[in-house]
Amino acid sequence: MTEWGLALLVVWPLLWGALTMVVPARQVTVAGGLAALVTAGLGVWAVTLSPQFLVLGNWSTPLGLGWRLDGMAQSLIGVTAVVGGLVSVYAWLDKGLPPTFWGLWLGAWGAMNALFLTADVFHFYVTLELLSVASVAMVALTPGAGATRAAFRYLLVSLTGSMLFLLGVALLYGRYGVLDMTLLAAQMTPDWPSMLAFALMTVGLLAKTAVFPLHGWLPQAHAKALTAVSAILSALVIKAAFYGLMRLWLEVFGPLATVSASWVLGLLASAAIFWGGYQALKTARLKRLVAWSTVAQVGMLVLALALVVQAKAISSVPSVHLWQGLVWLIAVHALAKAAWFLAAGTVQKRADSDYLAQIGFALHRSPISVVAMALAVISLAGLPFTMGFLGKWWLLSLAWELQAWAWLLVSLLGSLLTMAYGWRLLNLSLVNRGLPQALKPVSVARDWVALCLALLGVMGGFGGHWFWEGV
Amino acid sequence: MSGLIYSLCALGLVMIGLYGLARAHHGLQQLLAINVMSAGVFMLLLTMAARHPPADAVPQALVLTGIVVAISALALGLALLRRLAAEEAESHD
Repeated sequence: MTEWGLALLVVWPLLWGALTMVVPARQVTVAGGLAALVTAGLGVWAVTLSPQFLVLGNWSTPLGLGWRLDGMAQSLIGVTAVVGGLVSVYAWLDKGLPPTFWGLWLGAWGAMNALFLTADVFHFYVTLELLSVASVAMVALTPGAGATRAAFRYLLVSLTGSMLFLLGVALLYGRYGVLDMTLLAAQMTPDWPSMLAFALMTVGLLAKTAVFPLHGWLPQAHAKALTAVSAILSALVIKAAFYGLMRLWLEVFGPLATVSASWVLGLLASAAIFWGGYQALKTARLKRLVAWSTVAQVGMLVLALALVVQAKAISSVPSVHLWQGLVWLIAVHALAKAAWFLAAGTVQKRADSDYLAQIGFALHRSPISVVAMALAVISLAGLPFTMGFLGKWWLLSLAWELQAWAWLLVSLLGSLLTMAYGWRLLNLSLVNRGLPQALKPVSVARDWVALCLALLGVMGGFGGHWFWEGV
Repeated sequence: MSGLIYSLCALGLVMIGLYGLARAHHGLQQLLAINVMSAGVFMLLLTMAARHPPADAVPQALVLTGIVVAISALALGLALLRRLAAEEAESHD
């Protein structure tokens, strides 16, 4: 029963994604939207199950594929279900979306669920590639040569990243003769094929997560995409690649992830935080600002990963709440970034302009979206009484315990930068309104969806006890 | 011995593909460079399969799956390139 349910988690969205391609154009939104809501329900259901290992179709490893539902996978499936469900509601309300969106979005969702579940490095590669193809196609939904160019660049980076990852898989198979993540972790020894595989797979995933200096494709692709697509890419698709990094660094290559290796991650992360923050402060366009903020926030996630790797390598530090903290930060970022992109897209639509200089009046007339953006910013910056605060607190106390003062300082400065570029938008709505102008009519329900996501990102802080004590 | 030669050739192909990707200016060249890279990766996998007779079936299955994935991604890349060419021609008119 459970096995069928979990299979449905992947098969249902893929099947409906394919079906929406043949459903008459008028009913696509209803069919796709309902299928997406059922997928969200399945995802929430998967969180309530007890952790388990499944062998698909009774084919044992190495030929068969293992699926594993553990705490990390469950949390990511749950985050995807909540954020994906609300973004689907927004997409349902957005009449400007082309009908092909639903097929691609459901395909991407199914790929993500499979990616979170799989315990096989080759299957991980296949799901990663499936996800990239769907994501690239979603970027290309925006008409115009600019978006096509951004999508093509995204595809090139994605394909190269996947190829490096697959090269690592080939080396691992040659060295150990297995592909299952738990079996690999048990046999892992620090020799040169393993180290080469570790480096190649890490670089491949860093490119897909858009970690500095491999972030160049992200601002273009995320800013050019349609609003719902930007939210999906920034909140969820990036996290899928980051989840791969977590699995590699914390599990598969455990003995190779030393303190000195974590320094590399930490340095890249710091560069991402400062460069992304600087660009977000400088840019003249609304969605670019939010996209550059994603580059900076991805840096924050990678910094947290570096600290966790250090804590695991130095066994004297009590290793409580290590992956839980990472998953919590992922949830904070997914909720806040989805809310921010949806609110920004609504305002952009109302003002019919993406330039910060021209949206002051539209911001002033969209109070709900402005509140959503403000809540998203304070949660990302980690101000008290938000989900982000608990995540930031965990991160700072981990850095404190490890006496990693440099990383402590970087993460504090990162929060300041977040406040600074977030303030640019709020300042526009409160002070520099600009002259009254004619606004496009946009349903106010879309503002409310963004606010729901942002509120969840704040209220989650009050439910923190259940997560931090329960797991 | 021949296994070592094949593995080095495979890694060489990957390097050539990466170099080509860095140097290429046209989208089609970039896609082809990625294809050269994937040929290298598949060759490495097949070398792993042929090390001890009889040949190991798992890497062969992986290569078959990999080829399907690579072809679909290539098709998407080509479709994007065609659309880009059409859109750029339109904007020049």
